[in-house]
Amino acid sequence: MNKETAQPPSGSLAIETRQLRFRWPKQQAPLMFPDIQLHRGEHLFLRGASGTGKSTLLSLLAGMMLPETGAVNLLETNLSTLKGGARDRFRADHMGVIFQQFNLVPYLSALANVTLPCRLSTRRRNQTQGNPETAAKALLQQLSIPETLWHRPVTQMSIGQQQRVAAARALIGSPEIILADEPTSALDTDNRDRFIELLLTLAHEHRCSIVFVSHDQSLANHFHHQRSLGGES
Amino acid sequence: MSKLRLTLSLATASLWYRRRVLAMVCLTLTLSVTLLLGIQYLRTEVRQSFTSTISGTDLIVGARSGQLNLLLYTVFHIGDATNNIRWSSFKHIEDDPRVNWAVPISLGDSYQGYRVVGTNGRFLERFQHGNDQPLKLAQGQWFSQLFDVTLGAEVARQLQHQLGDQIVLSHGGGRTSFSNHADLPFRVSGILQATGTPIDQAVYISLEAMEAMHVGWESGVAIPGRTLSASSAEARSFTPDAITAILLGLKNPIMTFQLQRELSQFPGEPLSAILPGVALSELWRMMGQFEQVLLGISVFVVATSLIGLIAVLLTIQSQRHREVAILRAVGTPPSLIAGLYSLECVLLALASCGFSLFIGAALIASLSPWLLTHYGIHIGLRALNPDEWLLLSMVPVVAFAVSLAPAWHHWRKSRTLSFGNNNPNQPDFKGDTLHGARAMTMR
Repeated sequence: MNKETAQPPSGSLAIETRQLRFRWPKQQAPLMFPDIQLHRGEHLFLRGASGTGKSTLLSLLAGMMLPETGAVNLLETNLSTLKGGARDRFRADHMGVIFQQFNLVPYLSALANVTLPCRLSTRRRNQTQGNPETAAKALLQQLSIPETLWHRPVTQMSIGQQQRVAAARALIGSPEIILADEPTSALDTDNRDRFIELLLTLAHEHRCSIVFVSHDQSLANHFHHQRSLGGES
Repeated sequence: MSKLRLTLSLATASLWYRRRVLAMVCLTLTLSVTLLLGIQYLRTEVRQSFTSTISGTDLIVGARSGQLNLLLYTVFHIGDATNNIRWSSFKHIEDDPRVNWAVPISLGDSYQGYRVVGTNGRFLERFQHGNDQPLKLAQGQWFSQLFDVTLGAEVARQLQHQLGDQIVLSHGGGRTSFSNHADLPFRVSGILQATGTPIDQAVYISLEAMEAMHVGWESGVAIPGRTLSASSAEARSFTPDAITAILLGLKNPIMTFQLQRELSQFPGEPLSAILPGVALSELWRMMGQFEQVLLGISVFVVATSLIGLIAVLLTIQSQRHREVAILRAVGTPPSLIAGLYSLECVLLALASCGFSLFIGAALIASLSPWLLTHYGIHIGLRALNPDEWLLLSMVPVVAFAVSLAPAWHHWRKSRTLSFGNNNPNQPDFKGDTLHGARAMTMR
């Protein structure tokens, strides 16, 4: 691990953005984003209708794209100062990501999907006391994935199970930040509430900050902070 | 190092996951590589067995003619001699101090389409093929009585002759002959082991028997009353007037060219002497064009299957954008994703090479005894030579080269891949987004 991705002191800011602006090529109006300040261990609910740039903001936060103006500081590191490869490493070391659907590499077992970040990041591996398998099994247990499915192809799982495996992958190795892009939109109400509760409980245990994006306002009360995208901030 | 291990394990898992589609591609590639390797292997083998049809003989002497003609009728039993050599010339050459041994050969008759070779005991001792392998008898002995005949392996197999069978030789060449030496039947005294050379396709009798058969045949047909009966023939001794060719072994091979030149200017009669090795390679050069073309075709077959492989991988690629997005999101660098692509291609090629080696070896091992007994072609299992290894190793190398185009495409694309990109002004990213479909329906 290099200096750029060194662990910041705890209690500090997990995410800080200032005057973020992004313009897609060939598009006239730039997307403007509200400033975000999120302390470590706190959770943020981002609400926004389609087309308000939710995914763009997540891409900026994940360091997969760079803003036109403004700065994204994660764990007091300015992402714009990092090169592409360093941003990939930063993401592998400090971030977990949950998508709306199709979260899992289809040719890996559930267990291999969960341990994937530990194979890309030494830091995440070390956080599991050097034993990603055990950590992954513990997480899958906590997320109540039946043991019979652990070594099976993930394509045999229900969507709810797949989302929980994705949550386990985001949580393994206790990254500081988890980005969740509408992870519950494919779930029914029961599953949805259970998923969010589990995710938040485990995030608390692992001291992760969650940025949760959804268009469903009813989920907002689970989170410490909330922001709306599009229009006023 | 751990990155490489990760790439390798992801590549193998991905290949295994797509095994049903890829099995067909792998099969195509395996078959074409087997074809390529097989042709190269057979080329080497056939060339080897062809150019060693005769060995240990320094010079072949015949009546004045071209070297290919002389080679064809003496060794391959194709075509006819232009003229004979006088027995006195043979004696003269045999007595030359530089000559170690001389084997006379007399041709002209046939048995069921197979050539009858009149010679003597030295033929068995001196004639060699392959890597200086001598002739061996599978059964019985080399002819010793006047009307004994020794059969080549193929003749005995085709005509199902046993030791002691009586056979009737025909006058002149051809499969069906109307003038048979019916009054002088021969007894099969021995059968030679298969050699995979034209030796297998001839029958061998003594020069004396050749003479005895032709007493009374001076005009070309048997004149009644002048031919011999078996008992009266055995009572006489025969010295041939003329023979067709001579195989020479020299005491010192350095003298070969000198003797060759002298024989070409032989004062007694016009003769030609050839070096069998030189003549064989010249003959091979003429026939070799064909196998070059064959090899060229098989190279194209392999190229076609590699292009098919790329086509299939490109088709799969469009189904892989989700997987790439996930890998990118967990922090996989674009280089690893491009590497995954190339590695899968190379692994597939390596698997095909492995399979084709196995198939090739199994085919040769199982077919080689059958080929030898049914066609007299000797093709043994041997280790690949450097040329063949080179040809085989070109397959994964070329596979890697052709994988670079899609790998580069992947690398470039995955570098700019964003989260759920639902921007309609980004046609380049359509289908790459995780939310593309949802964005469409909600708009």
